[in-house]
Amino acid sequence: MILLEKRKQTSQFWTYVTPILAVVLTMIFGGVLFAILGKDPVLAIKTIFWDPVFGEFAFYYRPEVLKKAAPLILIAIGLSYGFKAGIWNIGAEGQYIIGAICAAGVALSFYPTEGRWFIFPLMIVAGIAGGMIWAMVPALLRVYFKTNEILVSLMLVYVADVLIKAFSIGLMRNPDGHGFPGSRNLNDYPAAANLELIAGTGLHWGVIAAIGVVVASYAILARHQFGFHVRLTGESPRAAGFAGVNANRLIMVCFLISGGLAGVAGMFEVSGPAAQILGSFPSAYGFTAIIVAFLGRLNPIGILLAGLLLALTYVGGSAAETAMNIPSATIQIFQGMLLFVLLSVDVLTDYRLRWVARSGGV
Amino acid sequence: MDINPILLAAAIMVASTPILLAAIGELVVERAGVLNLGVEGMMITGAVVGFIAAHESESATLGFMGAALGGAAVSVIFGLLTQFLLTNQVATGLALTLFGVGLSALVGQGYETTTQVPVPKIPIPVLSDIPIIGTIFFRHDAMVYLSLLIVAGVFVFLTKTRAGMILRAVGENHDAAHALGYKVRRVRMMAIMFGGACAGLGGAYISLVRVPQWVDNITAGTGWIALAIVVFASWKPWRLLLGAYLFGGVTALQINIQAEGLDIPVEYLSMSPYLATILVLVVISGGRAPGSLGKIFHASS
Amino acid sequence: MNDRVLRLTGLTKAYPGVVANDDVSFDIGKGEVHALLGENGAGKSTLVKMIYGLVKPDSGSMELNGTPYHPQEPRQARANGVAMVFQHFSLFDAMSVAENIALGMETPPTPRDLAHQIREVSQTYGLPLDPHKIVGGLSAGERQRVEIIRCLLQNPKLLIMDEPTSVLTPQEVDILFKTLRQLKAEGTSILYISHKLDEIRAICDTATILRLGKKVDTCTPAEKSARELAEMMVGASFASPQRHDRELGPVLLSVNGLSVPAADAFGTALRNISFDIQAGEILGIGGVAGNGQDELLAAISGETRVPSGMMTMNGQDIGQWGPNARRQLGVLCAPEERLGHAAAPNMSLTENAMMTGATRQGLVSNGILNWTKARNFAQDIISAFDVRTPGPQNAARSLSGGNLQKFVIGREVLQNPDVLVVNQPTWGVDAAAAASIRQALLDLATQGAAVVVISQDLDELIEISDRFGALNVGRIDKIVPMRGLTIDEIGLMMGGAGTDV
Repeated sequence: MILLEKRKQTSQFWTYVTPILAVVLTMIFGGVLFAILGKDPVLAIKTIFWDPVFGEFAFYYRPEVLKKAAPLILIAIGLSYGFKAGIWNIGAEGQYIIGAICAAGVALSFYPTEGRWFIFPLMIVAGIAGGMIWAMVPALLRVYFKTNEILVSLMLVYVADVLIKAFSIGLMRNPDGHGFPGSRNLNDYPAAANLELIAGTGLHWGVIAAIGVVVASYAILARHQFGFHVRLTGESPRAAGFAGVNANRLIMVCFLISGGLAGVAGMFEVSGPAAQILGSFPSAYGFTAIIVAFLGRLNPIGILLAGLLLALTYVGGSAAETAMNIPSATIQIFQGMLLFVLLSVDVLTDYRLRWVARSGGV
Repeated sequence: MDINPILLAAAIMVASTPILLAAIGELVVERAGVLNLGVEGMMITGAVVGFIAAHESESATLGFMGAALGGAAVSVIFGLLTQFLLTNQVATGLALTLFGVGLSALVGQGYETTTQVPVPKIPIPVLSDIPIIGTIFFRHDAMVYLSLLIVAGVFVFLTKTRAGMILRAVGENHDAAHALGYKVRRVRMMAIMFGGACAGLGGAYISLVRVPQWVDNITAGTGWIALAIVVFASWKPWRLLLGAYLFGGVTALQINIQAEGLDIPVEYLSMSPYLATILVLVVISGGRAPGSLGKIFHASS
Repeated sequence: MNDRVLRLTGLTKAYPGVVANDDVSFDIGKGEVHALLGENGAGKSTLVKMIYGLVKPDSGSMELNGTPYHPQEPRQARANGVAMVFQHFSLFDAMSVAENIALGMETPPTPRDLAHQIREVSQTYGLPLDPHKIVGGLSAGERQRVEIIRCLLQNPKLLIMDEPTSVLTPQEVDILFKTLRQLKAEGTSILYISHKLDEIRAICDTATILRLGKKVDTCTPAEKSARELAEMMVGASFASPQRHDRELGPVLLSVNGLSVPAADAFGTALRNISFDIQAGEILGIGGVAGNGQDELLAAISGETRVPSGMMTMNGQDIGQWGPNARRQLGVLCAPEERLGHAAAPNMSLTENAMMTGATRQGLVSNGILNWTKARNFAQDIISAFDVRTPGPQNAARSLSGGNLQKFVIGREVLQNPDVLVVNQPTWGVDAAAAASIRQALLDLATQGAAVVVISQDLDELIEISDRFGALNVGRIDKIVPMRGLTIDEIGLMMGGAGTDV
C-alpha cells in the first residue's frame, strides 16, 4: 500500500522539477493518443514542439509563438495574484473580450482621425478599464453578497460572447464592409494598429507589455507587501486577517489586476493579430491562461516559460493539423491533460510516497 | 402573441431535464463535501458518447446508458486526483472541463451531420388524458420521468437511509467521520461517480432529445448553470427541482420569444439565462454549505 | 480468578524522528479506573489509539478478557466492547444529537427507539440530553455528554476517556466523576488519560505514568503526593515561575461595555464586557472553551471592529482601528490557534516574523519589505526563547507545538508591547516550554506592560494572575483580586454553562 506522508517542509527540489516532469509525462501520453489516432507519435511530437522553434520554417513560426504567448502571459500573470490568494477569477476570457470591445470602440469612434500619440494610449486605457469593469462585477458581488465568484465571472463570459457577436454584426459593423459581419480592420488604421515593431519578429506592443509585466510582477511578489499579503491570504486566511490584511480590499485589487491585464491583452490582440471585432474573436486565451498560470506555479518566471510552451502547442498544433491531418481538438485535450498531470505530480512537493507492507499484525 | 402556455409548460419540463440531472448529481457530490467544477466536461462527454452509442446501436436506451458510463468514467479521473493525490479541487474540476470539451470535440468528429435516433415519448395511461395537467406532466419521454425519480430517490437516500446519513456526515466533517471509522474516500468516490453518471445523462438528453444532434460545445454552459442551481437549492433536493424548472423556464421562454419574432433583440434573450443565474446567486445567499465542502482530506492518524 | 480486562505487553510504535511508545506494558482490571498520566508529548494519545484500533503497533501485543486482541479499525474495537471519548470530539455540528450518536454506533436502533434510549440512558447517568437538538448549538460540556452517551449505549467493558475535563467547569467535573463512579460500580473499566494530578488522585485507582514514550511506573495515586507524581511525569524538577511584587502604573487599555454580535450560528456573542488594565498588571480570564475567548481576542486585536466608545488605549478610541494601527500603538495579541492563525503553517519563521513584526520592528518602508531585517528578527526570537529549530528559513509547521508556541509568544514579547493579550498560551505545550512562557509573561509585566491571559488552565491563572475574571457565554460578571480566591468561588464564577439542563 502506498501512503502519502506530509513533508515537514515544502520540497524546493520538487517545486522546480514537477512542471518539467509534467510536460514530459504529457508528451508521452500525447504520443500514445497520437498513436491511437493512427499517427506517428514521434513525428507528431516533433512537429508540434521542435519544428516551430528549430525547424525549416521556424522563421515563420517563431514570431507566431511570440504573438500567441503575449496574451497568455498577460492574462496569466493577472490571474496568478488572485489564484495565490484563493480568489478564482475564471472569467478572464470575458474580461479579455470586453477589453477588446472597449479598445476597438475607442479606435472606431476616432476613425479616421490621425494622432497615434493619443489614440493608441487611449485604447490601452480603454482596454484596461473595460476588463476592470467586467471583473468588478464578480468582485463586488463576492464582497457584498458573498456570491461565488467562479460562477459569476464564468456566466459573464457567455454574456461577453453574446455581446461581441452582437457588436460585430450591429453597432461595430464596418459600413464599408459590403454587409459582411466584422468591424473595420484596425491594422489598416495607423493610429490604432498594433503591428510588429521589427518586421518578422512578431514583437508587437503586447509582447513588450508582457515582458514588462513579468518583471514588475517578480518584483512585487518578492519585495512588496502586497505580494506578501496575497501569498499569506492563500496560505492561511485567518493568519492574514491577524496580520491586518483587509480581505475585501484584497479581493477587489486582485480582480482589478486580473481584469485589467485580461482587458489590455484583448486590446493588443484586437488591434494586432486579430485585427477586427468579429464573432470569432474569442479564442479561449482566457481559459488557456488558467493552465499557463498553474503550469508556471503562479510564479512570474514560470508563467513566462509556461506561456511560451502553451503558445508553442497552439502553433505546433496547427502545423500538425496541416502537415499530418491531426484534428485541432487534440490540442485542447493535450492542454487539459497537461493540467491533470501537473496537478497529479504536484503532490510530490508537499508529500512523500512511502511503501508500507499491507500486513496489519500486532 | 401566439405562445401556448400549456405547450410552453411542457417544453419547460423538457428544457429543464438536462440541468436537473446534472444538478442532482452534483448535489450529492457536494453533500459529500466535494466541489466538482467539471460538470460541464462530464455533461459534454455524456452528450457525445450518448449520441454515438445511440447512433451506432440504433437504440436510444443504449445511448443513455453509454452516456452515463462515459460521464462516470471521466469523473473517475477527477476522483482519483482529488481523493488520492490530494489535488486542489477547483483546479482539477477546471481541468476536467477543459479535457472533456476537447475530448468530446475530438471523438465527435464526423458525427455532426448524422441524424438522430428517435426517442419516443411515453404517455402515462389514464393520467395523460387529464386535460391541461395531462399534457404538461404526463406525456414525456422516459428520461423526464427518470430525472424526477432520481430527485425523489436522492431525497429519500439522504434523509432516511443510514448510507445517506454517512454521506452527509462525511460532507459535514470529514475528520470526525474518519475518526469514527468511516471510509471517507470510498464514499466520496462513489458520490463523484454518481455525479458523473447523472451529468452524462443530462448531456445525452441534450444531444439526443433537446437539440437533437451533435455539435461542438453543445452544452454551452449548462453544466455551470447546474452548479449555480445547487447553491440556489441550499443543497436540498426539492429546492433543486424548483431551481432547475425556473431555469428551464427562462431558457424555454427565451427560445419561444425568439421564434415568435418579437421585437426584442436576440442577443438580450440569449444572455438571459446567464444573467438570471447571476441574479439568483446574489439573491439567494445560500444556506449553510456542507462543512467540509472543498477541503482536502488527508487521513493522518 | 482472572479479573483482568486489558493486558498490554511491550507495545511499541515509532514515527519518523520520534518513538511515540517504547515497550509499554500494564494491566487494567474489571471495574478499575486506571489513569494514564504524562505530559504533552509523552505518548498517551498514541497508546490509546492503538487500543482503539486507529493505529497499529510496530511490536508488542494486547489481550482483552484473556484472548488476543488486535483491532484493525475502531469498528472492531467497538465490537469487542472498547469505547473511546476523544479529547477533540468527533461530532457533526449540523446534525442532531440522535444522528451523531447513530453515526458512532455499529447497528443503531430505529430513530424512535434510539431517541428513547438516549433520553433514558442520559438521565440514568446524570447527563441529560435532548436527542433532537442540533449539536452545533450545544456547549462544550453538553457535547462531551453526546460523546459519552454514544459510548454508553454500546455497553462497553472498557471506556477510554482522553483529557475529559479540559472543557468542563469545576461543577461539571463533579457531575462527570459521579457518572464515572456509577459506571465503575457496574463493573465497567475506565482508562482515564489526563495530566491533572488532583483529579487523578480523586478518582483513579491506579495510574501508569509515561514519559517520552516509556513507562515510568504503575502506582496507586492515592498513596503518592501530587509532587511525587509530577516529578515522575516530568522527570526533573525545574523552577516554578518567579513572581515579583509589582508596582502598578496607569490604566493602559480600557474596555467599556464591549458587545459584539456572534459571527455565525455557532459563534458566541460578547455582552457588555468591561475591564481596565494597568501597567504592570496581569489579568487572568478563565473559562471553558466556547464562551467567547476567540471573539474577545479578535475584538482586541482588531480583527473584529467594534463601535467607538468600547475600547480605548492611552485615551485613544481604537475600536475602529485595524490590527496594524493597534500594533503601532502598542497593543499586541497572540491567538489560540498556532497553526493557521497565529502563524501560517507553510511559511518560514522569517515570513511569520514579518507577519506581525512589520510595523513595530521597521521591517517595511513604503511598501517594500526588508527581508534581511525580518530574518534577523526571527533569529532573535529563536535565540531569546530557546526555540528548537535549524533556522528561521524553516516552515512553521516543522516545529513542535511547544517550540512554535515559544516562537509565537516570543515574537510578540520582543516587540515591547504596552499591552499583550494571549489566548491559551500553554495548551498542548510540554511543561518546560510552558514554564518558560509563563516566566516570559511575568517578566513582561515586571517591565511595565499590561498582560491579559485568557486560559482554560486554572492552575496557570492562579499561578500568574493578579486579578481574575471568568468568561461565561460572552460575559464577564466581575473581576476580583486573585489573592484569596478559592477553587469553588472560581468555579461559580465560571458559571452556569452546562451545570443544569
